[in-house]
Order: sequence, then C-alpha cells, then structure tokens
Amino acid sequence: MTTTPDSVGLGMPQLPAPDYPDDVRARLERDAREIIARYPGSRSALLPLLHLVQSEEGHVTRTGMQFCADVLGLTTAEVTAVATFYTMYRRRPSGDYQVGVCTNTLCAVMGGDAIFEALQDHLGVGNGGTTDDGKVTLEHIECNAACDFAPVVMVNWEFFDNQTVESAKRLVDDLRTGVPVAPTRGAPLCTFKETARILAGFPDEREGAVEASGSAGPASLTGLRLAKGEAARVVHPRDGGPHDAAQDRAPGDATPHDPSLAEHLSSHDAPQDTSASDPANPAGPTAEEGE
Amino acid sequence: MTVATEVKDPSPEKLLAPVLSAFWDEDRSWTLDVYRRHEGYEGLRKALAMTPDDLIAYVKEAGLRGRGGAGFPTGMKWQFIPQGDGKPHYLVVNADESEPGTCKDIPLLFANPHSLIEGIVIACYAIRSSHAFIYLRGEVVPVLRRLHSAVREAYAAGYLGKNILGSGLDLELTVHAGAGAYICGEETALLDSLEGRRGQPRLRPPFPAVAGLYACPTVVNNVESIASVPAILKNGKDWFRAMGSEKSPGFTLYSLSGHVASPGQYEAPLGITLRQLLDMSGGMRPGHRLKFWTPGGSSTPMFTEEHLDVPLDYEGVGAAGSMLGTKALQCFDETTCVVRAVTRWTEFYAHESCGKCTPCREGTYWLVQLLRDIEAGKGAMSDLDKLNDIADNINGKSFCALGDGAASPIFSSLKYFREEYEQHITGGGCPFDPAKSTAWADKHLEVNA
Repeated sequence: MTTTPDSVGLGMPQLPAPDYPDDVRARLERDAREIIARYPGSRSALLPLLHLVQSEEGHVTRTGMQFCADVLGLTTAEVTAVATFYTMYRRRPSGDYQVGVCTNTLCAVMGGDAIFEALQDHLGVGNGGTTDDGKVTLEHIECNAACDFAPVVMVNWEFFDNQTVESAKRLVDDLRTGVPVAPTRGAPLCTFKETARILAGFPDEREGAVEASGSAGPASLTGLRLAKGEAARVVHPRDGGPHDAAQDRAPGDATPHDPSLAEHLSSHDAPQDTSASDPANPAGPTAEEGE
Repeated sequence: MTVATEVKDPSPEKLLAPVLSAFWDEDRSWTLDVYRRHEGYEGLRKALAMTPDDLIAYVKEAGLRGRGGAGFPTGMKWQFIPQGDGKPHYLVVNADESEPGTCKDIPLLFANPHSLIEGIVIACYAIRSSHAFIYLRGEVVPVLRRLHSAVREAYAAGYLGKNILGSGLDLELTVHAGAGAYICGEETALLDSLEGRRGQPRLRPPFPAVAGLYACPTVVNNVESIASVPAILKNGKDWFRAMGSEKSPGFTLYSLSGHVASPGQYEAPLGITLRQLLDMSGGMRPGHRLKFWTPGGSSTPMFTEEHLDVPLDYEGVGAAGSMLGTKALQCFDETTCVVRAVTRWTEFYAHESCGKCTPCREGTYWLVQLLRDIEAGKGAMSDLDKLNDIADNINGKSFCALGDGAASPIFSSLKYFREEYEQHITGGGCPFDPAKSTAWADKHLEVNA
C-alpha cells in the first residue's frame, strides 16, 4: 500500500506551491483558454479546469490549484474549497486505474459488498488504497446510475456491469498484468489521466472510442424487446451480459446458466409461500440464516 | 383513471410504449443518421413554425410533467421565464442522475443523445435562450463521449450554432461534466456548481426562473423531460395525452432493478403498475417473493407487496403515501435485511449531505450511528423512537429535499418493518445472511435443478 496519511503541518506555514515548468504551463494555459471560452462567466470553468490539472498530474496538487486560481483570478482558498467538495478530485497520488465498486444499497445487496471485500483481500489494500505497482486504486463508490446491471464496478468511469467476485478479481489481475480489458459499456480503457482530460471537455479522439460496446447494454433493451414481441430473445442480462462474452472464461468455470423461457418469463410473479427463507414460513427465517 | 386499468390485454406489446427507447436496439442508435431516420429533428421544424409563446402553451396543454422527481409541469416552468427583461436566459439540463436506484437518463443519453439535443433547441426557442448547458455527472465517461459526439454532429448539421434551420435562432450548447456530488442534482446546488462553486442549495425565493444561472432567468429541466418534448411536437399533444391519465399524461421510462428476473428499462404510459411490469418480465427471481421496493429511488418512501397494484403515476403513488420520483423501481426480495438497506442508504445521505443546513448535516450523522448499532445488535428499543424523532427533525427543516429524502426510508421502513428492527435488538444481531441476497446466490440451485 503506497498511501500515506495526510501530514499535519505544525508551526511553519506552507511554502507557496511550486509552479509548473514553463512548457507545461503554456500548454495548460492554451487548454484553459479554450475551456473558459465555453462559459459566459469564467468561474464556471473551475470544475473542468480541476479535471484538466488532474489530467496533468493524476491528482489535484497545490500547483494545480494555484494554476486554476491564477487563470481565473481566484484565491487558492476559493479553489481549494471547491476541489475538496467533489469526490472525483483526488488529493494524493493514485493508480493508473481507479476501480470503484458500487456499494450503495442495491449493488451492495446484489453482491457489491462481497466484491469489495474480496478485492480488498485480493489486492491487499483498503478503501482508497493503491497497489504497490501503482496500477490499481480501489475504492467503494456511490450509485452510478446502472442499477439494472447490478452489481456494478467502474474502472476509470467506464462500466463493468453484472460483476461477480470472480470476474472482478480477474479484472483487477488483468489491469495489473496489462491484459487489455473491455468494459461492457464504454471504450477500451485509457489511463486515469487521459480520462480526466475527457472530463475537462476535450473529446476522446481515439478511433472507435465513441462506437465501442454498441448502442445499448442488454438490460437497457429488456422492455423494448418485450414491447416488440421479441420476448423469446430476451436474455437474462445477469447470465449473458457482454462482459461474459468479452472476457475469456477460464477452463473449469461454471457453464453460464441459460434459463428457459418459462423460468424467467412466467406470467405471474410467483410468490413462493413455502420458500425456506420466507419469514412467514412456520419454521421461521430458519436457523442457519441467524448464524 | 389510468390506461393500466383500461387495458384488458396484459401483453407487453399493449402495455409498453417505447418512444425514446424505440430504436436503442439499432446499430449506431446514438448517431444523427439513425436519429433522422426515425424522424429526428422533425419536432424541431414544427416548433420553429410556431411562435415561442404558442410553443410554451402547446407543451403546457400536452401536460408534460417533470421526469426528474418532483413532477412539476414543464410548460409552466418555461412560462415563468420573464420575457423582454433584457437579460440573457439560460436552459440548464440536469443530467446529474445520482439518486440511488435511478438509471434512466444514463442509458437514454448513451443510446439516444439527439432526442435531448433536439429538445434543448426547442426549449431554448420557447424561452428565448441562446445558451444552454448539459450538466452531466462526471462518473459516466461513456455517456460524455457520446454527448460530445452528438453535439459536434448537431453543430455540423446546423441544429446548433447560428441561425438554426434558417429560423434566426442562435444557440450555443455546452456539455459540462460534474465532479462527483449527489447534491448537484438539486437544481439550485447544480447552478452553484455550474458557476464554479461548491454545490450547495440556495434559499428560494428567488426561484431559478427569476434569478438562476449568473442571477439570470433560468430553466432547469431533467434530461427525460426535455428529451420527451420532440416526440410531443412530432406526434401531437393529443397523441401524448392519449397515454397515461388526465393529470399524469404521456409515456415514461421505468427502471426495474434488484431481485427481479429481468431488470432493465421499460418505457410505458404513466400509470402502469409494478405487478404488470413484473408479470410481463418474469417476476421476481425464481423461488423468491417481493419484500419491499421503492417507486422512485431511495428518497421516496418504500412500498411493500401490498402496493403492487398502485398505478405508477404522480397521483397514484402520492395517494399511496410515497412519490413517483424517478420511477426507479428497486425491488428487494425476502432475503434482504431492511435494516441493512436503510443503514446503507442513510450512510449515503450522510456522505452526500453538503453540510449547509444543521438538521441534515448533524441528523444524518446521528442516524448512521444509531442504525449501525441496531444492525450490529447493539441497539436499544428506545433507539427506534429516537430514529423517528431525528428523521422528523430533518424532514422539512432543510433548504433542499436531500434532508427529506434521508428521512423517507427511516419513516417508511419503521412503518412497515418495525418488527424487523426489534428483531435486531432483541436477537442481538442481524437474522439475515447477506450471501443469500447476492445475484449469484441461487446459481448452484439452478445448476443442480
């Protein structure tokens, strides 16, 4: 784990932040002018500018904040107040790939908690920790608007849908060994710095990046296919998501379950009064659950 | 009276109404070519043939209501913009979709971004705005890419920029990526954030329609609200009003998630019920039954099995004691511990509270402390009343609705599942096994079957 606790300054005030090298500053100033021109009021450029300085150094440094303050005519206190409010701005060096496991209620219940716990063990880092090779920073994230693909893992803010403990471990292993991985929704991964540049408002110019992963994820099409009478073609997204297709299955992996039509498209919602885990069952919620 | 009760045929073909999602299954659905092939930008031509005031009246008469949660009539929001005031007017599209459970705008923008752009041009013509913004949450880079691409296409084709389609309308559209803060989904916090500040809600009045972005008249609309406008223009307000109910007309995206057999997006007339949606899609996962669900994200009071037939429109859900919200139907089965679910949601609200208002900032913190104790079996019976009391001291006592949202799961879970809280206290711990709730919990059963 390469993370260190934020140091506490005692006594001496901090020295002013060092400046960027002249060539870097000139390049960033050109970008900054382009960003500022998008807005009627220059201060609106602050969030994209913070993404921009993050794309330079991988996190928002004092130098980066000083730069934002300079180009916008703000104080560093004003910039710091904003930079510390938003969770996407990192405040210390981190890995090339930010792996975020959704642990908001729905994903957590569907397996996000188990995935996050397993990845912490597997990588030997805690929340916000970075692996020694500087490749992966692990954190838990809040709801990322993909609940119909739960449990969800984001890598550099691309979607890896319908994850399992095994698929998530394979994912971080691949990231660390440099095996290319494809998101279920999104483009082939770029580094965290490159992602930050897109967030600053500079379009991803890589060939095929916009097209990658097709028009819509399978869950997004569930209702449409039913409405078009293509119900028979509805595939249970958890069993046939593009993630499974995109990644080679290791020999010995369980065969993906292919539910029959009757199984997942029954004409009733089938309350099961005799389910072993039904609290209404005379046997109660069963002893083993309480253990 | 709703369509749901009128239609006798329960087949999905009759109950669903894909409009915005109608061609998401086509190759390159996000491109201008495909959008035009589906009569894209035809609604804009019709809108530009009207006067702006007539256009506002038309959208008002169609009865379109905000799809971001509150359900405020969209046309009325536009009408509130003072005209002839000599100030710039702004349209800001709220694409900060972050409410737990809500997952409709992100797939919409990924597969069909031009519906939003066309809606933006129409809305800006109506409110006489020459600069619009899309405030997209930052954590969805694939969507940002497609928005960048779609906006570039729209400029090149003359739907944005100077003298759009020869109408004399000039419009600049800026795509703005946020930086991770749930609170920025609140419209005044969003405006502060877009001005380059911490996203903290503003005191109202003045409302954004009078003093919004840069203290100028501003309309803030949800993605789905604006994206619905072109179809209304293209197909007519009567077509729109033929769907849904008198007070909740039209179509909308319902997002089914959780322990259901077929999670996903279901576009249907307002007023469909969860039972109908589950019936057509295979119900809950095999062998399990619905325990609790949210009609519109975690901030809307939860429902149980007894609410399966509540018409999912603004009035129906309201009458049943909750809110339609974002139509985020998160379904949890009997394996799920409600205390665990509510604790996690409350941790979210505590994390996302911006800190401006004391009741919310302090209240959510103490709710988390109490709930963690209860979940771990260290709570006391008196804690349950204390939870209710703290939630009551947050609800309605903060600037914005985040506080109200934090109180909702507390109130509603205590109402329907107080016994389960008590079990945690008397039993000294959680009686549920989280492993049974996971998406893969029943895999071995299915393979063996």
